[in-house]
Amino acid sequence: MRYLPKSPTERQEMLAAIGVKSIGELFQSIPAVHRLKDALRLPGPLSEMEIIEFFQKRASENALGYVNFLGAGVYNHHRSVVTDAILQRGEFLTSYTPYQAEISQGTLQVIFEFQTLMCQLTVQEVANASMYDGSTALTEAALMAERLTGRSRVLVARSVHPEYRQVLATYARNSGLQVEEIAFNASGQIDLPALRTAIDNETAAVIVQSPNFFGVLEQIPALAEVAHAREALLVVGITEGVSLGAVRPPAEADIVAMEGQSFGLPPSYGGPFVGVIASREKFVRQMPGRLAGQATDAQGHRGFVLTLATREQHIRREKATSNICTNQALCALAATIHLCLLGKEGLREQAQQNLSKAHFALSELEKIPGVRRAFSGAFFNEFVIELPRSVKLVNAALLRDKIIGPLALGTFYPELTKRGLVCVTETTTRAEIERLAAMLHRALEQPV
Amino acid sequence: MKDKITKATRHTNQNEALIFAKSAKGKRGVEFPPLDVPAINPQAVLGAAHARQEISGFPEVSEIEVIRHFTRLSTWNYAIDLGMYPLGSCTMKYNPRVNEFVARLDGIATEHPFQPQGLSQGCLKILQLLEECLLEITGMDSVTLQPAAGAQGELTGLLLIRGYLQSRGNPRRKVLIPDSAHGTNPATAVIAGYVVENIKSESHGQIDVERLRELVTEDVAALMITNPSTLGVFEQRIAEIAEILHAKGALLYMDGANMNALAGVTRPGDFGVDVMHLNLHKTFSTPHGGGGPGAGPVLMKRFLEPFRPVPVLTQLSDGTLSLDSNRPQSIGRVRAFCGNFGVLVRALAYTLAYGPGIRQATEDAVLNANYIRKKLEDVYDLPYSLPSMHEVVFSDARQKKNGVNTMDIAKRLIDYGFHPYTTAFPLIVPGAMMIEPTESESKEECDLFVDAMRAIAEEAGANPELVRTAPHSTRVGRLDEVGAARNPVLRWKPAASSEAAD
Amino acid sequence: MDSYPNDFRFTKEHEWIKVTGDTATVGITDYAQHELGDVVFVELPKVGTKLSASQSLGTVESVKAVSEIYSPASGEVLEVNQSLAKTPEQLNTDPHGSAWLVKMKLSDPKEIAGLMDAAAYQKYIADPKKEASA
Repeated sequence: MRYLPKSPTERQEMLAAIGVKSIGELFQSIPAVHRLKDALRLPGPLSEMEIIEFFQKRASENALGYVNFLGAGVYNHHRSVVTDAILQRGEFLTSYTPYQAEISQGTLQVIFEFQTLMCQLTVQEVANASMYDGSTALTEAALMAERLTGRSRVLVARSVHPEYRQVLATYARNSGLQVEEIAFNASGQIDLPALRTAIDNETAAVIVQSPNFFGVLEQIPALAEVAHAREALLVVGITEGVSLGAVRPPAEADIVAMEGQSFGLPPSYGGPFVGVIASREKFVRQMPGRLAGQATDAQGHRGFVLTLATREQHIRREKATSNICTNQALCALAATIHLCLLGKEGLREQAQQNLSKAHFALSELEKIPGVRRAFSGAFFNEFVIELPRSVKLVNAALLRDKIIGPLALGTFYPELTKRGLVCVTETTTRAEIERLAAMLHRALEQPV
Repeated sequence: MKDKITKATRHTNQNEALIFAKSAKGKRGVEFPPLDVPAINPQAVLGAAHARQEISGFPEVSEIEVIRHFTRLSTWNYAIDLGMYPLGSCTMKYNPRVNEFVARLDGIATEHPFQPQGLSQGCLKILQLLEECLLEITGMDSVTLQPAAGAQGELTGLLLIRGYLQSRGNPRRKVLIPDSAHGTNPATAVIAGYVVENIKSESHGQIDVERLRELVTEDVAALMITNPSTLGVFEQRIAEIAEILHAKGALLYMDGANMNALAGVTRPGDFGVDVMHLNLHKTFSTPHGGGGPGAGPVLMKRFLEPFRPVPVLTQLSDGTLSLDSNRPQSIGRVRAFCGNFGVLVRALAYTLAYGPGIRQATEDAVLNANYIRKKLEDVYDLPYSLPSMHEVVFSDARQKKNGVNTMDIAKRLIDYGFHPYTTAFPLIVPGAMMIEPTESESKEECDLFVDAMRAIAEEAGANPELVRTAPHSTRVGRLDEVGAARNPVLRWKPAASSEAAD
Repeated sequence: MDSYPNDFRFTKEHEWIKVTGDTATVGITDYAQHELGDVVFVELPKVGTKLSASQSLGTVESVKAVSEIYSPASGEVLEVNQSLAKTPEQLNTDPHGSAWLVKMKLSDPKEIAGLMDAAAYQKYIADPKKEASA
């Protein structure tokens, strides 16, 4: 077997050195009744050529060759080949969590730079070394708010990603956290009067997403005012990080929970991605996840170490506040390289291209009779359109033209049938947008 | 060397400032094609309330600077690709390159979780085959691939138990955990809403079965066990342990962190385990990447199946695969979308490479651990003498007499070109030195490691100061963790640039 | 430093308490700081918190450990030592003096009689099995 570096003779030599005759003797501690007599029924062994062929076949059964207009928390953005070239260096790819600082300075400095970049983007004071993904980051932000305020009720906007809200519900069910949802209004934003009615002195946090699931920007300063008036915290989720190149950052938020997939990570059918929690310095002791900090050695050389480790579960055991253990260091590395490549101007230009193309797409789609935008609030690169008939029917027609159309919102919001979420990024060409509009127009003209 | 020369160092790897120090206005590392639609001014469509003015401090660097920066940083890391990583309970094995290749294929890496399922059959077939393989390897009945990591797998497993017991009327109150367990176990139990009760190990480090018999009541939901234990020893009375629990309606949870000792040799499903998780970034070779991403599939017996988190992979009558989120008894969703798919792809590629031959990997892992044990047991103290499986736990008891502890020996290993073993865990062994070589090490590499460990044992007697102040060969020495924790500096700031950015 | 003042009383969990009338000052012992190693963070209760004896009043953290501090007696927190937030290292250098943790108003001064005096505590920490005679 090509991954195993031993010859049969070497195995015999090692057995002899141990003082046993056969490998079976080393497994005697497993009661005989539990030892397998037969080989496992597994496919393989496969050579490298066969493995590649197997996965290429699977790839061909997917959506290769289709243009898609899907976002909803997972975005198609340009990824420089530079990022992946560095990511595949064995020194990053095959290293362990940097507990041994002296031989992990590469990973540790990257994490420190990642934390800094996340702070700069979100205009927060501290950021952690990453969480599993945006959905678990948002959930951990809610639990963090619960600890910080000593209150156990959170108000979450219905315009937050539906799957994120489901994850929050799973964690809340067993921790005593009470979750209530706040409706959205005609602009697609959280309904402020409803929020004002619902918030009370037992509220730990108000949780919104911006741009929200409908692509609409929330009024962060106003929401902060409502939350802070009751000494509750404002938690802002971000699923589309590229928006921060054009959209005002949530500076008034107390905790920002972000998904970093847009920064150099492929859609990869939903993961692995990279969550981030950013917050205020005074809250750092209640922040989950690893943190890298600056330190010096005896000679005065600057280095970095994992710090404030006493927050973590392997030390606190049953007194832990979060059971998050691994982070997504390699994904955080991808995001760091990607953002360094983009730089200030690159990110601005990318964001402006997203904004311009999305607004162009809306104007093209609105030319089709019966098609109009469903919400009126300002948006970045996603928007909801209302169609005169079922989105699913229209999408079935678009598929024949190799277009994956808008995400049908009726699946998530029963009241939003005939509404579809459209996403356009810098990777979408004008020709593709025009083809979507033309094919959508044609599909709507077909008799039902 | 002159102080002013900052590029040269006493090492072959270069000094490297923070990326922010290289930034200068007007540089960039990515360019975009010209915009092919009318340009829109963010101020105009977003309004002053929503438009961003400035990204303060954000770096501006060119492509070559980015390449050099991260390449230089990479040379400061140790990695499996450089040598042995004997970290006990972490299973740092070779990460096959073909896994990386297939995870990046167009049609795999490019797929969107919300694209039509009819156009995702390739992805779903990958998930289905991985599910089948993991079920065969563990001998369990049902599986979820959703959890993003081992710790989330543990939580999912306990929520399955809670869901099941709740459906029978009472979720119960307590989870029993041996004192040798990893810290995630108690942390997870608490997050799942349970009270933790610790069980002391008996004198050989095994579960004290008689004590367990007393502790298991109708109030106990489950026992969380690691098998082989964190001492690298198989729980010989495991079937009896399962019976004791089952007699009182409690369940047996197995932390699969040490599955690398069992694959192809024995199956948890056959020795009484009701629910378990796997760490794909351990046993199934997906790269650690400096601390993640991982994946933590959970395997279970049939009666727990209705409680699996959504979405659940199902096969329709026409043979097509589908993700089903309409599961009334489900514990809910633990992560958005469909698990860490890219990690799952790699784990399947690994499994396919071995097939039934995965047993050989297990045998080689156990062979390596026992070889190292044999070659070191005369110079290091072996606190528990039961037969080792894939890892061996020594203690620093002999070296401590000279003031040299497990951490010192671990740090000195760095000077010999190895990553340290796991120190100070499991907690039941004072001064633990936990060594797990994995199957990826050749006899030659094992011999080099043995030579290094024996040399350090000698140094600990002859020149303890040398060991206590190790490592001596790295770019930075032992860092002041106390200072870093008392006055945390967690990010670079422009204001302090003269000091922080050099 | 290795002296345990005669006017202090001690707990098995290595806290000390010094009573003046119906108020008292609470800290951790020199033995405790030594076992903990370099203290990097101290978490203390809010003024006004009502504590019962043996209830957790806060935590002390070293780089790799967290230890609970238990109140030696019942009462209400009157004052907390704010200076420990900036300089937790005082706990290593002056645990019986400047690094006191809280001052409290005792609700049941009789509880103090159940604690060890300096001699008993020194005997207790010298005993490897830590079986308190008090």
